[in-house]
Amino acid sequence: MKRTITLTVNNRPGVLNRITNLFSKRNYNIESITVGHSELEGVSRITCVVNVDNENIIEQITKQLNKQVDVLKVTDISDQAIVSRELALIKVLSTPNTRSEINALIEPFRATIVDIGKDSLVIQLTGESEKIEAFIELIKPYGIKELARTGTTAFLRGTQRTSNSTKNISIV
Amino acid sequence: MLQETAFTKMKADNKPISGSELLLQALEKEQVEVIFGYPGGAVLPLYDKIYDSKILHVLPRHEQGGIHAAEGYARITGKPGVVIVTSGPGATNIVTGLTDAMMDSLPLVVFTGQVATGVIGSDAFQEADILGITTPITKYNYQVRNIEDIPYIVKEAFYIASSGRPGPVLIDIPKDIATAISEPPEEKEINIPGYQPTLQPNYLQIRKLTEAVSSAKKPVILAGAGVLHAKAAAELKQYAEQQQIPVVHTLLGLGGFPAEHDLSLGMAGMHGCYTANMALYEADLLINIGARFDDRLTGNLESFAPNATVAHVDIDPAEIGKNVPTEIPIVADAKEALKQLVAQEGKLPEHKEWLTQLQNWKKEYPYFYDNTSSLKPQKVLEMLFEKTKGEAIVVTDVGQHQMWAAQYYKFSKANRWVTSGGLGTMGFGLPASIGASFADRDACVLAILGDGGFQMSTQELAVIKEFNLPIKIIILNNMALGMVRQWQELFYEGRFSHSKNPVQPSFVKLAEAYDIKGYEINSVEEAETILNEVFSNNEPALLDFRVDPNENVYPMVPAGKGSHEMVGVKP
Ligand SMILES: Cc1ncc(C[n+]2csc(CCOP(=O)(O)OP(=O)(O)O)c2C)c(N)n1
Repeated sequence: MKRTITLTVNNRPGVLNRITNLFSKRNYNIESITVGHSELEGVSRITCVVNVDNENIIEQITKQLNKQVDVLKVTDISDQAIVSRELALIKVLSTPNTRSEINALIEPFRATIVDIGKDSLVIQLTGESEKIEAFIELIKPYGIKELARTGTTAFLRGTQRTSNSTKNISIV
Repeated sequence: MLQETAFTKMKADNKPISGSELLLQALEKEQVEVIFGYPGGAVLPLYDKIYDSKILHVLPRHEQGGIHAAEGYARITGKPGVVIVTSGPGATNIVTGLTDAMMDSLPLVVFTGQVATGVIGSDAFQEADILGITTPITKYNYQVRNIEDIPYIVKEAFYIASSGRPGPVLIDIPKDIATAISEPPEEKEINIPGYQPTLQPNYLQIRKLTEAVSSAKKPVILAGAGVLHAKAAAELKQYAEQQQIPVVHTLLGLGGFPAEHDLSLGMAGMHGCYTANMALYEADLLINIGARFDDRLTGNLESFAPNATVAHVDIDPAEIGKNVPTEIPIVADAKEALKQLVAQEGKLPEHKEWLTQLQNWKKEYPYFYDNTSSLKPQKVLEMLFEKTKGEAIVVTDVGQHQMWAAQYYKFSKANRWVTSGGLGTMGFGLPASIGASFADRDACVLAILGDGGFQMSTQELAVIKEFNLPIKIIILNNMALGMVRQWQELFYEGRFSHSKNPVQPSFVKLAEAYDIKGYEINSVEEAETILNEVFSNNEPALLDFRVDPNENVYPMVPAGKGSHEMVGVKP
């Protein structure tokens, strides 16, 4: 199953290496990882999507991450109301004939064309990973020349259903 | 404190100071007694200051020996062992020791030299990416980027190494930082938002455990090295006696509870005794205090403690539930948890039948060996125990001799046992015995080694001679890589691939070359006389015991089997 973990970490040299190192040392699979500044100075925010076989492993992952000196907070947000977004850039082959078809595909996905070349165009799309995957499937037949995805970044929505309150990963 | 006044005075003077001086001052502030270090280009500025320092500096003859010595020191004192090595090869030579310390939770603060900041990343002479190399094998590591940070980083490193679950911390110091000059920086208090070890147990879990104990029919305590790190041996004894709960040890936990106590069941695990392993198998309540359910202890997890409710006290939350599902998790320092457990009101337990059954097993299934013919390694250990009245510091290498030492040397006190458990590092024993000796200069130290492992660190004999350390080097010489030979005998149809009859030097002559007395011993009678001789003085000595080359360690839980499926439990 896929789980989404968010971390806040000290923005210091080598921190990302510590995190990815831990994943390989413990034999965990990272599906995607994104890093960037947070609202606090000196603190970065990391979002990891991991694929695990069972709850035990995700508990181990969060505990091991928590143990890192530079990790300030770890939250498994998978079971909560979250906003989760990924950005994809897709360069597709296009001819004058297919251009309008592609335009028609783009619209319901609220994607935009950000560059047009002689025989290709670049589409920018944001959304949850599933949406991006669905779009890629649709656009594939036209010929994808290049594809770049950022990986998911996510956080909690402002309002949570009470029944689904923060999963307590600490056993203290 | 003297050093502090010196430091404060220096600050008051506001005299500019070099990075190396700052570092040595920081070490003095931490009251470091001994540095195990080896010089080289990148640490020459530092060595120039060490030349004038009051702190004792010990030169191992290989950096790996230095870090194992620091581990031995840390194991006995509980204080961080300090190591200084140069960049590049000096730094990569300590990788095994760091991993060993990480696995066995030993506090170390290790300084590595580094090439100057301007050339880092250019494959400069003796450059190694030691931060990258050691990230997975240290509790934390730093590279100093500003000279002003040195005092704080050192202070934080000592704190991280020795608090919570202890471990090795590495500080990489570029050469230009060591020579840079600065105004003495302001002192800073430790503040690490991401690192706040939990020391106090959760009260509800303590109650839950207390209730579980009062209704248990077959409770057992598994005491690991966490008891020793927390200096909680007295509290453990109090709790076990109060509740009449028998105690089983891990290999690293030996000494946390007196071996000859009625409630002591001895060591469990692959070469543990019948009673200890069966107690774990039969228990209905297993109270793990500071052990991490290592696979050499549990055997096949499917059949580990199948009937037990499991309680686990550990300062590292990640260890709880990692290998064994746990009903009563208690994240805490072992000492704090035990204190609270002792203070609980609860129905006193009724499990006389259980204690009787365990006593019967103890009588019926003790460790045994056939003592009728040649000189047996087990006999040597029994004699050593007797001659030292059980009061020596015992340090081992890795292999059969290590298991026999664990089985036959009955520890009555905590922190007198030094062995490489998690990593099982051959070559550990001799240098670790040096560190242990520096930790307690008056103690008689036994370095119990195999002929294989001794040859991995032989060079450290020079240090023993240099300081005339009271270390008795006991080689259980079976002319083989014994533990490998045993596995090949049992599981590889006796095909002794590269394990038997290696070409050996004369260990006695080798000792003599270092001006250490050496003895070859072939019989119990010889052993008797020579042991009496060597224990009558505080000089180092090397004893080459020619033991039965075919002796195996039993009982044994074969790999992949459950802890109740031991072989070799009876003659
Ligand atoms: C550095 C290292 N290399 C290899 C091993 C694998 N190993 C474990 S025990 C052993 C044999 C040790 O032989 P010896 O030192 O003679 O001790 P004995 O078992 O005979 O008591 C070996 C090779 C190890 N534990 N560590």
